[in-house]
Amino acid sequence: MRVMVFVKATEDSEKGLPPTEDMTEMFEAMGKFNEELVNAGVMVDGDGLKPSSAGKRIAFDGPNRAVIDGPFAETRELVAGYWIWEVKDMDEAVAWAKRCPNPMPGPSELEIRPFYEMEDFGDALTPELAEREQQLRDRLSGQ
Amino acid sequence: MATDETRGQIRDQAHRAIEAIFRIERARLIAALARMTRDVDRAEELAQEALLIALTEWPKSGVPDRPGAWLTAAAKRRLIDGVRHDAMRSRKQAEIGRELDEEQDMRVEAAEAAFDDPLGDELLGLIFAACHPVISPEARAALTLRLVGGLTVEEIARAFLSNEATIAARITRAKKAIAKAGAQFEVPRGAELAARLGSVLEVVYLIFNEGYAATAGPSLVRPPLCAEAQRLARILAGLMPEQPEVLGLLALVEIQASRLTARAGPDGGFVPLTEQNRARWDQLLIRRGLNALNRAEALGGAGGPYALQAALAACHARARTAEATDWRRIAALYDRLGQVMPSPVVELNRAVAHSMAFGPEAGLRLVDEIADGAMLRNYAPLPAARGDFLLRAGRRDEARTAFEAAAALTGNERERDFLLERAAACSE
Repeated sequence: MRVMVFVKATEDSEKGLPPTEDMTEMFEAMGKFNEELVNAGVMVDGDGLKPSSAGKRIAFDGPNRAVIDGPFAETRELVAGYWIWEVKDMDEAVAWAKRCPNPMPGPSELEIRPFYEMEDFGDALTPELAEREQQLRDRLSGQ
Repeated sequence: MATDETRGQIRDQAHRAIEAIFRIERARLIAALARMTRDVDRAEELAQEALLIALTEWPKSGVPDRPGAWLTAAAKRRLIDGVRHDAMRSRKQAEIGRELDEEQDMRVEAAEAAFDDPLGDELLGLIFAACHPVISPEARAALTLRLVGGLTVEEIARAFLSNEATIAARITRAKKAIAKAGAQFEVPRGAELAARLGSVLEVVYLIFNEGYAATAGPSLVRPPLCAEAQRLARILAGLMPEQPEVLGLLALVEIQASRLTARAGPDGGFVPLTEQNRARWDQLLIRRGLNALNRAEALGGAGGPYALQAALAACHARARTAEATDWRRIAALYDRLGQVMPSPVVELNRAVAHSMAFGPEAGLRLVDEIADGAMLRNYAPLPAARGDFLLRAGRRDEARTAFEAAAALTGNERERDFLLERAAACSE
């Protein structure tokens, strides 16, 4: 099964990159963990995100669209990075997540969420919808 | 009582967590123990004993920081105890006993050092032993799934639509054969590496294909086997990032797996590549496959058989619609594949590619060259392809004869109906 593992933001991560020294140390620990994930055939993707001060939100209300500039207040609900893992089950994902070095200087949180699989949609994904999704993907990948 | 129930649930949860950790460590644990004992069976037993110890200890002490090192140390202690308590039946055992006695005071730190195997050398050594060329590819596949994939004999039997007794016997024979061949559980070096690597890659691709194009059984694809093969290919690519053919194989299985869900229609029937709903192709896997192929090519491996097959798969993956397929490039790739991996089936696919790129006459010329050989005399896809070329060339009578010949050769009823329909359509 495929899961996304979110690295939740903290006040530290919302401040931007840590001092070089701390960052080197964190990169080293995280690099080792990532290597372990790769060598176990578990990690398929992953990356880090800038603080929410660099982000924007689009709020929907009926036909209205409002753009809200970051930073956003509810720090603990923000995302600072992610991985995509392929594991046999949630137990395995949890076991891997527990051996991750703490990604933040202070208390922090990882959240594991399984992806929907095509089968989950059943007949809701009509050929027409699938076709439109494909066109979107094509544009996204610039083909 | 409610509290007992709760306690039971907590215990179950703790056990599941420990078992999940064990699953992550198992292959490396067996690899380390096999290198010590030169005996896969004993290594498996010791690993299992280490799990039992962990299941008793960890709920009390908490999970250690380095669970892999802990399990290795526990298994080693078991090994030492076992040897010591054994009546010294042979000198060899006495020697091992002495050797191990010297290590007796080894602390967990020392075990950590032994377990700290950043290059994954031990795990690779185990994979190479399990894929030893002295055993048949099917036996290699079963042994690899058992030792490296951690599948149970029952799971392997289900995956290969066999029964447990057969698979268990196959694994036992394979273990004996590699012991007899004096497998060292080391990664071969130099020229031997190149020779042995082929038999490892073959096994991974065999496992993948068994899942992708199920040779038997009611379902067309068996995704769990594909997932096992993908994981093996990813592990190999992680441990041998400089081997272009490993990356070629990884690219091939990632791109092919991207089509798994699109390959079976709503009725469970096979959907050919050109008719698949491309929205169902897994773009993440395609991207990973293309990356791996780029790395293989950058390492000078563009001409390897797996890299070439991956490049072919990539041509389809890059095409937004079936019509956008770059058939000229596919034809050129088949020309090269036919040289490095000559086979009548490759030649037939080459003929199809040429017919798509340069017209039906080009396909006919190539297919008639193969038809002269004896290899594919009773191979239904050959006259079927020929019928297709003839029909597209407007030679309807000859096309009908070719389709009828193909229908007479195939053993698959659905395919026979399909070919007879095509034959009938030639007369309309």
